[in-house]
Amino acid sequence: MHALLGANGAGKSTLVKVLTGVIRADGGRLVLNGEDVRISSPSQAARVGLAPVFQDPALVPDLTVAQNLRLTGAPLEGVRSRLREMDVEVDFSEQAGDVPLPVLRMLDLARALARDPQLLLLDEITAALPSDLAERVFAVMRKWRERGRSVLFITHRLAEVIAVCDRATVLRDGSDVGTLVPQHGGERRIVEYMLGAEVATAAAKASELDEARVRLPGDGNAAGAAAEPTLEVEGVRAGTVESVSFSLRPGEVLGLAALEGQGQDDLFATLAGERRPEGGDVLVGGRPLRARHPYDAIRAGVVLVPADRLLALLPQRSVRENIAAPRYNSPLRWGPINLSFERRRVKEAIDALQIDTRAYRQVRRLSGGNQQKVTIARWLASGFRTLLCFDPTRGIDVGTKQQIYSLLRRLADGGAAILFFSSELTEFPLVCDRVVTLYGGRITGELPAAAADEASLLRAMHGLAEEVA
Amino acid sequence: MSAAAPEVARGESRLETARRFLAENPAIALIFVFVGLFVVTDIVNRAQSGHAFLAPTQVSTTFLYAAPLALLAAGQTLVMLTGGVDLSVATTATAGAFVASGTGRHGAAAAILLAIAIGFGIGLVNGIGVAIFRVNPLIMTLGLSSVTLGALTIYSQRRFVALVPNIVNTFGSGRFLTYIPYDLLIWGPIAALIILGLRYSGFGRMIYAVGDNPVACRLAGVRVWQVLLLVYALCGAFSAVAGILLVGFNDAADLGIAAPFLLPSVAAVVIGGTSILGGSGGYGGTILGALILTVLDSLLTILNASAAIKQMLYGAIILALAWLYAWTSRGE
Amino acid sequence: MTTAAATADRRRPGIHAARLGRRHGWTLGTYVLLLGLVLYWRTVPPVWGSFDVQSLAIDALPFAFAAMAQAVVIISGGIDLSVGSLMSLVNVISAKYMATMSFRDALLFAGALALGAALAGASTGSLITISRVPDIVVTLAMLFVWAGLALQIQPIPGGGAPLKYVQLATGQWFSPWIPSGLVILLCAFVLIWLPLRRARSGLALYSIGSNRNAAYLSGVSVTRTRIFAYSLGGFFAGLAGLALTATSGIGDPLSGQYYTLNSVAAVVLGGVALVGGKGGLIGPIAAAFVLTVVKTILILKGVDQNWAQVIQGTLIIVVVMIGGLAIRERRRT
Repeated sequence: MHALLGANGAGKSTLVKVLTGVIRADGGRLVLNGEDVRISSPSQAARVGLAPVFQDPALVPDLTVAQNLRLTGAPLEGVRSRLREMDVEVDFSEQAGDVPLPVLRMLDLARALARDPQLLLLDEITAALPSDLAERVFAVMRKWRERGRSVLFITHRLAEVIAVCDRATVLRDGSDVGTLVPQHGGERRIVEYMLGAEVATAAAKASELDEARVRLPGDGNAAGAAAEPTLEVEGVRAGTVESVSFSLRPGEVLGLAALEGQGQDDLFATLAGERRPEGGDVLVGGRPLRARHPYDAIRAGVVLVPADRLLALLPQRSVRENIAAPRYNSPLRWGPINLSFERRRVKEAIDALQIDTRAYRQVRRLSGGNQQKVTIARWLASGFRTLLCFDPTRGIDVGTKQQIYSLLRRLADGGAAILFFSSELTEFPLVCDRVVTLYGGRITGELPAAAADEASLLRAMHGLAEEVA
Repeated sequence: MSAAAPEVARGESRLETARRFLAENPAIALIFVFVGLFVVTDIVNRAQSGHAFLAPTQVSTTFLYAAPLALLAAGQTLVMLTGGVDLSVATTATAGAFVASGTGRHGAAAAILLAIAIGFGIGLVNGIGVAIFRVNPLIMTLGLSSVTLGALTIYSQRRFVALVPNIVNTFGSGRFLTYIPYDLLIWGPIAALIILGLRYSGFGRMIYAVGDNPVACRLAGVRVWQVLLLVYALCGAFSAVAGILLVGFNDAADLGIAAPFLLPSVAAVVIGGTSILGGSGGYGGTILGALILTVLDSLLTILNASAAIKQMLYGAIILALAWLYAWTSRGE
Repeated sequence: MTTAAATADRRRPGIHAARLGRRHGWTLGTYVLLLGLVLYWRTVPPVWGSFDVQSLAIDALPFAFAAMAQAVVIISGGIDLSVGSLMSLVNVISAKYMATMSFRDALLFAGALALGAALAGASTGSLITISRVPDIVVTLAMLFVWAGLALQIQPIPGGGAPLKYVQLATGQWFSPWIPSGLVILLCAFVLIWLPLRRARSGLALYSIGSNRNAAYLSGVSVTRTRIFAYSLGGFFAGLAGLALTATSGIGDPLSGQYYTLNSVAAVVLGGVALVGGKGGLIGPIAAAFVLTVVKTILILKGVDQNWAQVIQGTLIIVVVMIGGLAIRERRRT
């Protein structure tokens, strides 16, 4: 079981695309089982015994699951038995578009397994998979390893690499910088490889500094505790949200931890103005928010950073246009642009986030980490009071993650109120002042940052009461 | 955008360098094609009739003819920037032509204003269908154009006093200083307004944004339907202006007055480099596209090509130009 | 709990019926509309009989084939603006040479032309895939090319076809109530489309329309499938042109003009999403008949042709608007 690691833009996805025949290599050799091979298409990759499982399940939404499998020539019974092994049930006559995403991922995995491949390529398979399904994936991977087959596992989650993999290769700037055994040396060494030794130490020092800071929540924010709450959620009911109440004060970072599908999507959507609550109240600065469109929420100072960068960015437009976009969302501001003012605000935002805008005219050419920074920069340039972050560090490299954590803390120190949802539990103590957990559409627990370790969080996320130590 | 001399990167073929240069400076390629076509037409004209084509009168005529097409293509550019298409520009122009001549007896100002208002209104209906009812633009504009045509046919069959106001005639077909067509005085300011507006106004930014990623726009608080509504309405208004110029040139409105301009209006936008999927492009390229198509039409007329040959060549050339553009922007 | 969600879904009663309704509801609605219109139609003229059914079939046959051609391309995620002019071209060529042929020769010639039309479609598809130019622009250009060619071959309407050939579309089968044109239409549908739809090539067609990237990663050759879509569309367009020859008896270079954009309308009315990946051919066929019946009713009622055009256009817009609203409501819940 071999992990492939690297910062965003290091070349992992490109390598996978070459291995699976999506793009052709410009040079070098591919040796499979001692023989040179050239892979020019996904079907050829399959023939040679390589089975990829990409981040976006390669299933066509308008065909049924059965038809999808027939399309690729996958054996239905084989897939069914693999699914049974993983304890996942799928209705084969259902349209692939109606199947929930995590189940679709498992299906994709089952399909790859059913082909009995020599090499299994898993690209970020555990991202956006709930922990119970991720566990089953690891079980499958271990079983596969026992059978003498190989797995190439691409991930950003270092904890998983240390727990599961035999070896790890780190890519940086398009070449491999080393292969190591993860258990000896752990995260520190891997990050060193990824960032380059000197940068790693500097980053470690910086993050140590930041970590020291974040351990003292509310520091430098004495006013925070007594100030009027910026956002009050009272008994809100919307979709999978049954009844949620909490309040958010200026200068505070409130974490929200939840397993997949417990209501966090609908909660964020409601707060951001994308959908209307069926019951309950949302108060911003004491006044009720009746949002029928994100515009209303934005006007009340409540802004959203979504998990999927593609939803928030204008791919063909420049960084500047992307950052300035929300400024013109009202017809009242459709007139001539004040260019110098705009330039100033945009530059401030770019500097605050340290966005690398070198020579790129279109945002789609930026690395994932930089793209995510742009989605946050938009709000810096337009102003806000409450920032809703939904899994902002998903699929981002370690260096950028650190930058985003410290940025969020700085924003909070400056008086912003931040609601922070993440699927990586280790992030909560680094960023938040306190954490609430959501289960079954209700808040099941509240923990101060110091007590928000993985175990306690997981317990609360599953709706279980805290263990009395 | 500086048109600096291209540096040849090491290991890059001259072709690749040319391709990269063209991709970064698309207007240059278009100007090249335009001038080239003019020269070809000149050669052919001399061969056929001994007269030059690269003469001031001919250049001026080309611009005169190009103006209505360029106005139709202006609205089309805006619509295509948002990722849609407007197949009703020709019928809207015809409506403008009929209204301008049908109400001409009430005075030029009233006739012109009413024609533009009707064009705006037709565009508004398109916008309502596309933006609020989420009807596919192809279908909506297509359906509305058929409705408009039917309505106009009925209107034209009733006896009415058609009077094209003098000023409309002048602007539609006249020139001043011997060589400068009056319609440039209409087209020019509109072109400037569009180019500057797209670049330097909030509305311009929103047009590009909506075409690039309407979901992201919504999350940024943009009410996309507002942008689309105004874009289609403006397109209708510009089409009506084109119709006014056409009726000024023709001195009479007839149902087919703008029909030959529908598909060229789409072609001009594509040739000019605006992506049909929306989110990138601009009017500058469209202007060149319109000029190129106008010269092309003259060339084919001079070649005494039958309507059939003309059509086939037209199709082949559109394809070739679009292919050229796709090739230069490959990998971008 | 996600897996529990998947199984719980299955146990909910009526979920199958609801799903079927969602998938085929629109098509069903089109057929109900057709039925309603036919029933209404029966009440309009003083006498209504098999003759009227015959003329409906004759009128709608080319339209139905054109709708099938367009549907195939749209399902694959593209669009073909050259359907109408390809029809004209086939119409003109067939009428020009069939005038002096025997029935047997005419039939063979028709087969050859249909294959030729498929080849034309394949070249359009190849141009689209090789040049990377959007399909709307390429098919627009091809529209000019085919239309010009048709004009060159037959500048004014003329030509003809052997009687037995014409009767293929205008005759009857076993009973005056079964127009032979309808039978041919059904044969084409059952023998050509149905087997393809379930086969891998048909699934590939739907897949590239649904999500081209996922299709590619699933091992589908996107290039080959796209070319296949345009070839099949070209084939049906060829059949449409041959139908025109049979129903009108002559070749007219402008005969296909009406069908270019109206085929798109019929496809949308028939419940096929313009984005591709969804729908079938049976809906557009019904929609073609619906539009033809509407036209017939309006003519019978003595409505001015232009008013008829206004009404037809408005009808299309209103239906599509309602359809758009329905999708919006469904998405909200």
